[in-house]
Amino acid sequence: MQEFIVDDKTAKKYTRRSWIAFIVFFLMIGAAFAGWKWLVNQPLDGGIRGGIQQPLRNVLSANEKIFSGVFSKSKLVKEYPKSAAAKNVRVNGDVGLDEDFFDASSWKLQIVRSKGDTLFLTLDDIKKLPKIDVIYNFKCIEGWSQVTWWSGVRFVDVMQHYGLTNEAQMKYVGMITPDEEYYVGIDMPSALHPQTILCYEMNGKPLPMNQGYPLRLIIPVKYGVKHIKRVGTISFENEKPKDYWAERGYDYYTGH
Amino acid sequence: MRSGMAVANFAAAIFFSNLLSQNLSLMPKKIIYKHKLATRWMHWINFPVLAIMIWSGLLIYWANDVYEVKIFGYTLVKFFPDWFYKFFHIPFRLSEGMAFHFVFMWLFFVNGLLYVAYTIFSGEWRYLVPQKGSLKESWQVLLHDLHLRKTEPPKTKYNAAQRIAYTSIIIMGFGSIITGLAIYKPVQFQWMTTICGGYEAARVEHFILTVGYVLFFLIHVIQVILAGWNNFRAMVAGFEVIKEKDTPSSTDI
Repeated sequence: MQEFIVDDKTAKKYTRRSWIAFIVFFLMIGAAFAGWKWLVNQPLDGGIRGGIQQPLRNVLSANEKIFSGVFSKSKLVKEYPKSAAAKNVRVNGDVGLDEDFFDASSWKLQIVRSKGDTLFLTLDDIKKLPKIDVIYNFKCIEGWSQVTWWSGVRFVDVMQHYGLTNEAQMKYVGMITPDEEYYVGIDMPSALHPQTILCYEMNGKPLPMNQGYPLRLIIPVKYGVKHIKRVGTISFENEKPKDYWAERGYDYYTGH
Repeated sequence: MRSGMAVANFAAAIFFSNLLSQNLSLMPKKIIYKHKLATRWMHWINFPVLAIMIWSGLLIYWANDVYEVKIFGYTLVKFFPDWFYKFFHIPFRLSEGMAFHFVFMWLFFVNGLLYVAYTIFSGEWRYLVPQKGSLKESWQVLLHDLHLRKTEPPKTKYNAAQRIAYTSIIIMGFGSIITGLAIYKPVQFQWMTTICGGYEAARVEHFILTVGYVLFFLIHVIQVILAGWNNFRAMVAGFEVIKEKDTPSSTDI
């Protein structure tokens, strides 16, 4: 700390300097308020209610680039023993699950190939591929989490088995419910992660209706919002496919 | 000729200074340089940024507001009561909260990192890091502040209690970044989640740290008010101006 005695004339200089400092201080407070007002009044992206201001969305997209750069497929989500899995699995969200518009007997998984033709798979077709269990801490974007046990086939196995090699080169996977009410977009590295499964069993039993019977996505490297229940159609795109919650102001990537 | 002028000037100076010193308001003053320009900027940038982080954090927390302090089954404090949410317009703004949180986290992080780097390289850390005996002395400072003790323990720029407080707040900042990343990217930064004791634990810790900031803020503001104008001026202009007759303020922040 520097200390010194000044005479009256110099002291006046310091009074003036105090004034200048406080004027700058108040100008900065004003600038901060103006900046805040500017930000919150920016047009919402997509222009829909619940969306977020465009500059915020731009930063979230930059975050996606930064953190998807860190993303490594070799990093596995921690798995638990079956005994740790919850018996009462929390149900959150029923968009796309309206049973009045769903006929279980005629359901087939549709995979739209890059050439434009569609692959139709029955649940039995899918069950022919190796079945794996994933028991992990399911994390909801709301902030709760629950250890749950799911079984199904690796998404990457489906891709390989049906020769979808060109499709795997694309940037995104889009998934949509049969009634087209709920939809997610997922970056390809996360979709091909070894713990990402097309799931048909929960706690060793067929999926209940409210958990997306007959087939849902389990993608442990994402929040619950990307775990679409009752998959109808899968497609591959280089542009971000539409995403139900991203349209409502949530981060698109939501990856862990 | 020249020396004659110097003598005359000298005599005049003595004459005038005597004349001036008779007038109290024109007494010589002491200037004490206290806070560096960089410190002041980073301090005042942190203030609104931390406020936005806490506010957006509340918007996020609301979506799963399960924390409370219970004693023998009786809920002592619920985080948070309805009137609190209503007052701050918290409900149903999760997506907004997340967006602001994951944008302003960068400013909080970069500003904090610059502050730590600056404090290390400028040598300012010498005034800030607690010393041997700081803990005992901070107790004496507390007694003094509460008017239970007459004399104030010796200090340089900061007293022992301030050294502990201002170092703790930096460690808390690190804690917020680690626990925050542990929740934000629990797979890619799994080691952070592990050292936090797991995902759920990290969320609790992140929350407790935030409560800590709020408590720090309340005490800090009270102390600033008690310390008075000169002390506040130092955080804006950088220096204190003290009339020579005055004793320096005793509760400087």
